[in-house]
Amino acid sequence: MPWYDNIRIGGLNKNAKKKDIPDGLWLKCPGCGEIVYRKELEKNLFVCSKCGHHLKITSWDYISILCDDGSFQELDTGILPEDPLGFCDSKPYPVRLRNAQEKSGLNEAVVCGIGEIDKFPVSLAVMDFRFIGGSMGSVVGEKVTRSIERAIERRISLVIVSASGGARMQEGILSLMQMAKTACALTKLKEAGLPYISVLTNPTTAGVMASYASLGDIVIAEPKALLGFAGPRVIQQTIGEELPEGFQSSEFFLEHGFVDIIVPRNKLKKTISTLLGYLYSG
Amino acid sequence: MARFVLEFEKPFLELVRKIEEMKKLQEKNNLDLSSEISLLEKKLTELQKKTYSGLTRWQRVRVARHPDRPYTLDYVRMIVTDFIEIHGDRNYADDKAIVTGFGTIGGHKFVLIGQQKGRDTKENIKRNFGMPHPEGYRKALRAMKLGERFGLPVVSFIDTPGAFPGVGAEERGQAEAIARNLFEMARLGTPIIIVIIGEGASGGALGIGIGDVVLMFENAWYTVISPEGCAAILWRDKAKAPEAAEALKLSARDLLELGMIDRIIPEPPGGAHWNPEKMAETLKKEIIKEIERFKGYEPEKLIERRLQRYRDMGVYREVKNARPKTS
Repeated sequence: MPWYDNIRIGGLNKNAKKKDIPDGLWLKCPGCGEIVYRKELEKNLFVCSKCGHHLKITSWDYISILCDDGSFQELDTGILPEDPLGFCDSKPYPVRLRNAQEKSGLNEAVVCGIGEIDKFPVSLAVMDFRFIGGSMGSVVGEKVTRSIERAIERRISLVIVSASGGARMQEGILSLMQMAKTACALTKLKEAGLPYISVLTNPTTAGVMASYASLGDIVIAEPKALLGFAGPRVIQQTIGEELPEGFQSSEFFLEHGFVDIIVPRNKLKKTISTLLGYLYSG
Repeated sequence: MARFVLEFEKPFLELVRKIEEMKKLQEKNNLDLSSEISLLEKKLTELQKKTYSGLTRWQRVRVARHPDRPYTLDYVRMIVTDFIEIHGDRNYADDKAIVTGFGTIGGHKFVLIGQQKGRDTKENIKRNFGMPHPEGYRKALRAMKLGERFGLPVVSFIDTPGAFPGVGAEERGQAEAIARNLFEMARLGTPIIIVIIGEGASGGALGIGIGDVVLMFENAWYTVISPEGCAAILWRDKAKAPEAAEALKLSARDLLELGMIDRIIPEPPGGAHWNPEKMAETLKKEIIKEIERFKGYEPEKLIERRLQRYRDMGVYREVKNARPKTS
């Protein structure tokens, strides 16, 4: 695990837990290795001004970037994980969950609710990589499904911001079935004639990429995010040779026709609202 | 008999050898040893049943991967008539890791899709060890859409160690191809009958796995990741695959208990590879039963039922008003 995964990066939101924020005034950019002033980085939405690297930020950071001030209302906060398999590897799954909850201040790997993006009402679901790698188990599947259903009930647009290593191993087959569940729900959104914008952030892979993240009417990616079905290490082991430069990046996916637009973080809100202006008729 | 022997199969082979010897003896000396032979055969069956009822999950994974286990086209050969294979996704290529075509079973016409492994090295290269590329999933979708248009039910055989993790697969959108299939299968206006006949590894399996009924062979496995993949990530050691298999609860019985499948299809004593014909007969009966069950369904009703089936999947608890936030 890279060093920057162990510390809080971001912190745009006042609700974020204080202890996650590193003490130092300076941060090392994972992209170029330059030492950058923290305040500067924060002002720049945690995009390195030297190299343009988009640092990982939290779900609540994305919410404050995307939603009009005070418009977001979190919903489905009471849906909590169980341990249906009694899973245990180096530590029991419930312990892993508790650690993730303490570390992130979140109940699970996705934050859902309703809000406004430049006055466009949206049902918003934002994944959080800090919570067991943003992995999708039963709770993520249920909350994403309810977000889809909420868009249909209220006749508003759906925006999902993904950041995930894929389906959560600790819930086994139940996690796999969340791919089916969310894809099924999205067919109802399509029937209802409502738009779905999928935003892919670093990283979005495996089970999440192979379900709702790929199914947006419009698929937006942040620059240089790691995207893909299989992880690069697995592919390298399978083919036994070095992977091409830029393989599985946002740019690679754009080039091959699986992403519509690459949008830097500071243009994300404006791009989404402009798109909704075309796709959403109220 | 078996050219590849799992350690827990060795005692079976001892008995098989004895039975064969006795048969030879009987022929050679013109003796009637039929009662002794049938006694030994009974003993073999009992031993197999006893051994297999106590298999660990990892041992079942090894049965599911047995190189003599019947594959999709073996079942087609044994129980499907008038089979016509169709090829290609009309976009990039024909993926031989997935077989698609039209067939007839018990008088019912249907569309077959199924993952196909190879029996030897040469065939495995052709079949890519049953690991499909995006064009395989797109070919399967094309076949399913034909089924929908022409009123034929779809039967899908799942048997894959996973969707192929490779450069070309990523370039051509492995994730999108699987996601698209989930989306399209959700609303396919014709019955879809899923049978997990061997390995059901993750998204690679689910990509042809959304259906109205999901049946699973007794010794098949199906979960979110291969035991090796899980072990490599969570135990940081591929050799811990047996532990991962236990933790993942990937057996047919586990999935039935979790409500993720509808029924377990029993295998002959010793597993499908000990008696492929008997296995095929059982499978045939199950498929016919399901085709007949769903025959009368209106497409809308079928789709509604299918959507509800997946809507209900998941285990969580819900409490009221847990720390809502605004921004």
